Amino acid sequence: MKRLHLFIFLLILFAGILASCSKDIVGRTENIAALNPADVDIDAGTWKTVLLGRPDTFAINAPALTNSPAYIAELNEIKGLQQNISGEQKNLINYWKAGAVLRWNEIMRELVARHNIPPYQNSDGTYPPPNANNPFAYPEFPFSNPPYAARAYAYISAAQYDALVAAWHYKKLYNRAAPYAIDSSIKALIPKTALPAYPSEDAVVAGVTAEMMKLLFPTEIAFIQQKLEEEEEYRILSGANVRSDITAGETLGRQVAAVFVARARTDRAGAAGGSPQVWSDLATNTSALGQIPWISLEWPKRPPMLPLFGKVKPFLFDSLTVIALRSGPPPSTSSNDFNQENQAAYAQIKNPTREQNRIVQFWADGVGTSTPSGHWNAIAAEDFIKQNYSEVRWARNMALLNMGQMDAAIVCWNTKFYYFNPRPSQIIPEVKTLTGVPNFPSYISGHSTFSESAATILGHIIPANASKYEEMSAEAGKSRFISGIHTKIDCDEGFKAGRSVGNYAVQRAITDGAE
Amino acid sequence: MHKRKIYNLKRGSLLILSIFIFNCVYAQTELDAIMMNKNQFCNGFMYNYSSWDYYWEGTMKRNNQNLGTVSTQSIMYGGNYGITGKLNVMIGAPYVWTKSSAGTLHQSKGLQDVSLFVKWKPFSYSLGKNKIGVYLVGGFSTPLTNYQIDYLPLTVGLGSTNVIGRGMVDFQHGRFSITASASYVRRSNVKIDRNAYYDTRLHITNEVKMPDAAQYQLRTGYRGKYIIAEALLTNWTTLGGFDITRNNMPFPSNRMNMTTVGANIKYTLKQYTHLSFLAGANYTLAGRNVGQASAFNVGAFYVLYVKKSTKQNFRNQTN
Repeated sequence: MKRLHLFIFLLILFAGILASCSKDIVGRTENIAALNPADVDIDAGTWKTVLLGRPDTFAINAPALTNSPAYIAELNEIKGLQQNISGEQKNLINYWKAGAVLRWNEIMRELVARHNIPPYQNSDGTYPPPNANNPFAYPEFPFSNPPYAARAYAYISAAQYDALVAAWHYKKLYNRAAPYAIDSSIKALIPKTALPAYPSEDAVVAGVTAEMMKLLFPTEIAFIQQKLEEEEEYRILSGANVRSDITAGETLGRQVAAVFVARARTDRAGAAGGSPQVWSDLATNTSALGQIPWISLEWPKRPPMLPLFGKVKPFLFDSLTVIALRSGPPPSTSSNDFNQENQAAYAQIKNPTREQNRIVQFWADGVGTSTPSGHWNAIAAEDFIKQNYSEVRWARNMALLNMGQMDAAIVCWNTKFYYFNPRPSQIIPEVKTLTGVPNFPSYISGHSTFSESAATILGHIIPANASKYEEMSAEAGKSRFISGIHTKIDCDEGFKAGRSVGNYAVQRAITDGAE
Repeated sequence: MHKRKIYNLKRGSLLILSIFIFNCVYAQTELDAIMMNKNQFCNGFMYNYSSWDYYWEGTMKRNNQNLGTVSTQSIMYGGNYGITGKLNVMIGAPYVWTKSSAGTLHQSKGLQDVSLFVKWKPFSYSLGKNKIGVYLVGGFSTPLTNYQIDYLPLTVGLGSTNVIGRGMVDFQHGRFSITASASYVRRSNVKIDRNAYYDTRLHITNEVKMPDAAQYQLRTGYRGKYIIAEALLTNWTTLGGFDITRNNMPFPSNRMNMTTVGANIKYTLKQYTHLSFLAGANYTLAGRNVGQASAFNVGAFYVLYVKKSTKQNFRNQTN
């Protein structure tokens, strides 16, 4: 009986220990400190914009004087709100204080992941394309696959950057201080800054992003609007902005967005899906050159992902440069070299190790994720947090990264559909991959192109991390070879193309006035 | 030389560990009302084969031509030791192989989770041909290797460390028996190889919150000296989690539910009661975020006496 009681006692004790552990998980960026820039970049109004002709392309009125009745009424609104701050409002402050560009970047990654799901087939074996004009019908628009996502990140980041450059121009011009600096009875619930408050940088970012999202994620407008309102509430609650700072900022942001939306509507992305004729021509033309054309490995056969994305208008260079950056031809599909490349991929997957699988899964960034570009946004964001950048520098760095991501996608897709080269699993059906095979041609590796473009510009932005980024990029590329998704030459050529694209971003960084 | 009836069979707790893939391997010993006698140790191996073509994506049933038939095989070692006739401990561990018949996804294989159960019969009562018994079972399981968790539906397991509490009531009238049990499975969070994931929102972490689960079972049939034949109805309900969205991939913290029916037969050699054989089959009637699996299993078990000095009972198990 003694033994029995001991067993039961131990069991109950053990169950108690396990049951008492909280299962709540905390994200790595959930409880980070408030953004408190070392340098507010007061002259950022002179930085080189992406699309805006001038920082004052869109005029905003001079703000009310701080001793005017209108402004005093705005201060009274804050005082009233600060008398009774709810737990929910404290959570809003805690969330948004980390920074507008960071939080909107995370929201973008969330939307990309939510919409990154390939449509289910029709009963006749065809696939319904998402329709931007009927976004709620199945399959919802968009299917935010890697090229779509890279472009979305680029447009939103570049628009945020231009809008903030314009905002900084007016901040310096009008030089209206934050409410807490004007009235000492207003509490600053976030770190105080010398940066002028009019127009509100948070409202600028919220406004420009919300407007871009209408185009890029039209089913999420209500969700985005709620985020925008929460962020604007946080700014007023925390004593950082009066309502007129907010209104001016949101208006400016939405105006700048219109410039980017107009470009996006005419950048040829809308036609990137091609047509049955385009899809069959790709195969016919490749066969005519004596090469084995790519075939979808899905069943039913799915049309290739965005075959004309390689014709989209890039941000960092012109369309002729896209062709110039296109890799030379892969080994002929009838050559011994080609066979050896594919056999080498096959050899990788015969006896995968746990570490091999870890690398593959870490970088897979497939269905239901924020894509390889989103992964690099996450890497960048978590490092930028430690750098204490101003919002405008955050936006500039994200814009450089993401214009490089979009242009990497364009160069990569241009190459993929120029050669229409088959995957290892098509050539050797025994190649069973360690993660899902993407539904587009093999040469060159998208992961390698995206990753090296990212590593190149991020290494320029934070030189101390350059070797870390290069190691990560190399591992990301390698993950596609050791998973049986790509040949080594796919990855090597993707890496080179990514480096070239990344260098264009570096060239822009050197000359944009921010360094 | 021993006239002993060996009714017991040893199996572990595969179900509790990873249900999406082999949702038909039901543990027997820690779910049945049969005890080993003091100082008896029964152990052996079970082979299980489970496969499905159809699965539930959320509540919608579908197949997937990019998976074809998903099959799982396992060989499990199981052992049961009688500390006393009313207190048994059980241990089990399977090696698992999974693969799909179509598509390009790589198969996987590996040693899965070790489980340890303590089964206690605190109360029993007999009146004529009627017997009633109450059992309390406590269990623990944890992965033996750091296998890939986030590789559904071809992962070998779900990777959580579990604590299981179970109450069971058994009624016997002559050779007829009926057993009902209810279990609560507390599952630990798991860490996946990715550093961010989306369930119903984006999580910027590699840690996944695993919902707990409940399991209910009703089993009834013939409990003879050499043959036990039982029908089983089992329900596994995940207490939380989320549905696989349209055409999306499954995820470890999905709301995996299922109801299965099955049958088990166990035969003990009359000539040599140390040895017994088992066969069973199982079918998934309804589910959510799991495959509609059909499964069968076979096994062989051997009883030995750990302490020769112990006075041996006529029967080597009680029930």
